[in-house]
Amino acid sequence: MNRYPLWKYAVIGVALIIGVIYSVPNLFGEVPAIQIAPARAGLKIDSRLHEKIDAALQKADLLKSQTGFEELSQEGVIRIRFNDTDSQLKAKDIIEKELNPDQANTDYIVALALVANTPNGLMSINALPMPLGLDLRGGVYFLLKVDMQGALEKKLAALATDARSRLRDKSIRYQSIDKKNSQLFIKFATAEDANKAKDTLIDGIPDMLFESEKGIDSFLLKGIFKQASIQATQENALKQNIITLNKRVNELAVKEPVIQKQGVDRIVVQLPGVQDTARAKDIIGRTATLEARLADPLQSSIGPLDTPPIGMDAFKFGDRQGVFKKGVIITGDRIIDASAGFDQNQRPSVNLTLDAAGGRAMQEMTRENLQKPMGMILFEKGKGEVLTIATIQGEFGSKFQITGQPTTQSANDLALLLRAGSLAAPMEIIEERTIGPSLGAENIEKGFKSLVYGFIAIAIFMLAYYMLFGFFSVVALAVNLLLLIAVLSMLQATLSLPGIAAMALALGMAIDSNVLINERIREELRQGTNPQLAISTGFEKAWATIFDSNVTTLIAGLALLAFGSGPIKGFAIVHCLGILTSMFSAVFFSRGLVNLWYGSKKKLQSVSIG
Amino acid sequence: MEFFRIKKDIPFMRYALILNAISLITFLAAVFFLWQKGLNLSIEFTGGTVIEVQYEKAAELEIIRNAVTTLGYGEVNVQNFGSSKDVMIRLPLIKNADGTIMSSSDQSKSVLSKLQDIDSSVHLQRVEYVGPQVGEELLYGGIKALLFVVIGIVIYLSIRFEWKFALAGIIANLHDVIIILGFFAFFHWEFSLSVLAAVLAVLGYSVNESVVIFDRIRENFRRFRKLDTPDIIDSAITSTMSRTIITHGSTQMMVLSMLLFGGATLHYFAVALTIGILFGIYSSVFVAAAIAMWLGVKREDLVKIEAKVEKDQARLDDPNYGAKV
Repeated sequence: MNRYPLWKYAVIGVALIIGVIYSVPNLFGEVPAIQIAPARAGLKIDSRLHEKIDAALQKADLLKSQTGFEELSQEGVIRIRFNDTDSQLKAKDIIEKELNPDQANTDYIVALALVANTPNGLMSINALPMPLGLDLRGGVYFLLKVDMQGALEKKLAALATDARSRLRDKSIRYQSIDKKNSQLFIKFATAEDANKAKDTLIDGIPDMLFESEKGIDSFLLKGIFKQASIQATQENALKQNIITLNKRVNELAVKEPVIQKQGVDRIVVQLPGVQDTARAKDIIGRTATLEARLADPLQSSIGPLDTPPIGMDAFKFGDRQGVFKKGVIITGDRIIDASAGFDQNQRPSVNLTLDAAGGRAMQEMTRENLQKPMGMILFEKGKGEVLTIATIQGEFGSKFQITGQPTTQSANDLALLLRAGSLAAPMEIIEERTIGPSLGAENIEKGFKSLVYGFIAIAIFMLAYYMLFGFFSVVALAVNLLLLIAVLSMLQATLSLPGIAAMALALGMAIDSNVLINERIREELRQGTNPQLAISTGFEKAWATIFDSNVTTLIAGLALLAFGSGPIKGFAIVHCLGILTSMFSAVFFSRGLVNLWYGSKKKLQSVSIG
Repeated sequence: MEFFRIKKDIPFMRYALILNAISLITFLAAVFFLWQKGLNLSIEFTGGTVIEVQYEKAAELEIIRNAVTTLGYGEVNVQNFGSSKDVMIRLPLIKNADGTIMSSSDQSKSVLSKLQDIDSSVHLQRVEYVGPQVGEELLYGGIKALLFVVIGIVIYLSIRFEWKFALAGIIANLHDVIIILGFFAFFHWEFSLSVLAAVLAVLGYSVNESVVIFDRIRENFRRFRKLDTPDIIDSAITSTMSRTIITHGSTQMMVLSMLLFGGATLHYFAVALTIGILFGIYSSVFVAAAIAMWLGVKREDLVKIEAKVEKDQARLDDPNYGAKV
């Protein structure tokens, strides 16, 4: 009765082999590497680049310490592994020089990284180590909330400008255009103007519904956002901010950054292994938006305490204040690229590229305002700061240059600020975790230690208390750990300290099943049942109980998974999976072991169960 | 080796009243401390900033406290974390003059620079900032999770056994939860997300315990047709006692290992588990079964259902099945 058919052993064998294959990558650790990614869209990772890098490394005699070269076309990066940090650092300088001859205008981002030292054979079947969470390797985690009201306000401002130019095109006279409570109010002197304007605007601005209202001494047209338009604006804002964050994070050259949408208005940013957390925060947390506006042609700057003329805005500009008209020509989200370079006279400049809509707006504006000053204003936390004021030298569209930068460095800085300013809506950090790298290493060690010592303690006790059956239980527990790690690695679940704690707890709880079985067998034996039958009944009777108790534990695990967040999710995933793997190892696998040992002994007199 | 070779059933149910009175008193004490002192919720729930710094030598908390207080962040909490060199500084949410919440990077930067003025060996280990909105969500998420677990377990136990058991099981284990919380309130230990996880995990775990005993009660109802309910329960508890102690002991070994080697981060997690496991044994053994008894659990409640569902179990019902004469 205590025999397994061959297929059951086969199942166990296959499970063990898979378990070993997928958990083994976690043992190899990490090696120093260099990661190369194109800095601009359009540049590709190809074999020419590969040859170029190889040639450069050959020249520096570093080719022999290079241990691996991967082209990850999906991620669009190249990773080169080295066998020591020394050659990694040297090689970085060489590759940097080779690929980016022009320091001011980099083509490729060359970054130091640590990559898993998994053998290629394992990697080809996707057997990879579990990625470590921020609490284990250090890094920064941000939860950002996109200010959707702000996004709508911005959209409203752009639509107001649009309405203004459309009414002007059709020569419809209006008294004023105001924005209030996410609504547009346009005043007209006559009903005829208001009606004409309504027809024009309904055609021209599909984002809004327009309603006529009778004012006290004027005719009012009220523009209200359509629901679909609000939704689209919010979705776009989120998408755009994610793209901007991606660009900003690229500047940091982090390996495996995570930038994800969460819910309707949130973005998660994870930067593992970032050493300079202050800088990362500065770059990520910069809540900046950019606006291009016409400056006051009469007096583009005033003293720091002066009040601006009526109908004008004043913003900080160095020690003084810049004076600007209220109309916004373009906002930062129209900027596709800003890079430092030189103009035809070899003076430092910033080259800007706008998208089509931005180009049109710019063309229209420059045509009418030749030789007048225009400025770029960066808004951070609601305060505007003038980055530059320059005179419009000619009519231009999507591509133009800003000159007048004294040095290449200042041109570089301006380009960076312009790029940084292209967020669609302001963002706010609502949750943040920064973990220093040494703390991460400490956490791994501590988590691992408690797991190992706990396991050893349980093993010694089980062996002493249940003898051979204790040994079976310990093997089953080890298999449980193996399978748990294998499943987590297969899922590429991020391992965190709560995850390790859950692993330890899962083992501590999983032993429950074996204790139940062993106690049942003992009990049967005490009642004088013959050993073979006792084993069989023990397993059978214990099974119902094990199943019940695992279900209740699983309910708790699922609740944590459903309602927990961040670190708790990591705990819950391991907890739930640990329960599932324990059912396999403690019941199915350990029965297999017992069967293998005792099953064939027909005249079994006693079993070693203490 | 065998610790529990109990020949005669221990008459637990005879002392049910005393045992339940003890747990009622502990429970009320826990409720009292929760009400009077409240939980020391971590910033994950309240919102705020935690800054962890490390010094090369033992840190002087008083100086640090004074330095941080001068920054005017209101009530700051400075304490050692794990070792005398590690210091944890808790700051409440600060509003800027214009009503916006001060960003954590500004806060941590000014704190760190202040500390560096005093002792340049200090360096930043960890910053954790939770905005007010997230804190609220985490709190509600926790409450929802607790409700989900309670309802889920009641439903499962009702299906698997009977409503009386379900009710008894959940009362016994919620009483554990309250007692854990009571400990955290009494000692003013920090109640963080990981403690919440521990509480929920322990809730699922100690319901196991009740399940095992209920299972045995059901089985005994089928096996010993002549015994009355208290005797059945006594026998069930006595025969599962060895298993109860051994299992919890094993789990506790693992938890103890976390408590000893897991460092400060896992400390309260392990503490909550320890209290949960110890009271889990008590409540499952002494409370759950007694409540089920008072709710009037009867043989008919369980055996009738069984007979329909598992006919092939019949041979196991026969205590003499397979016995050798």
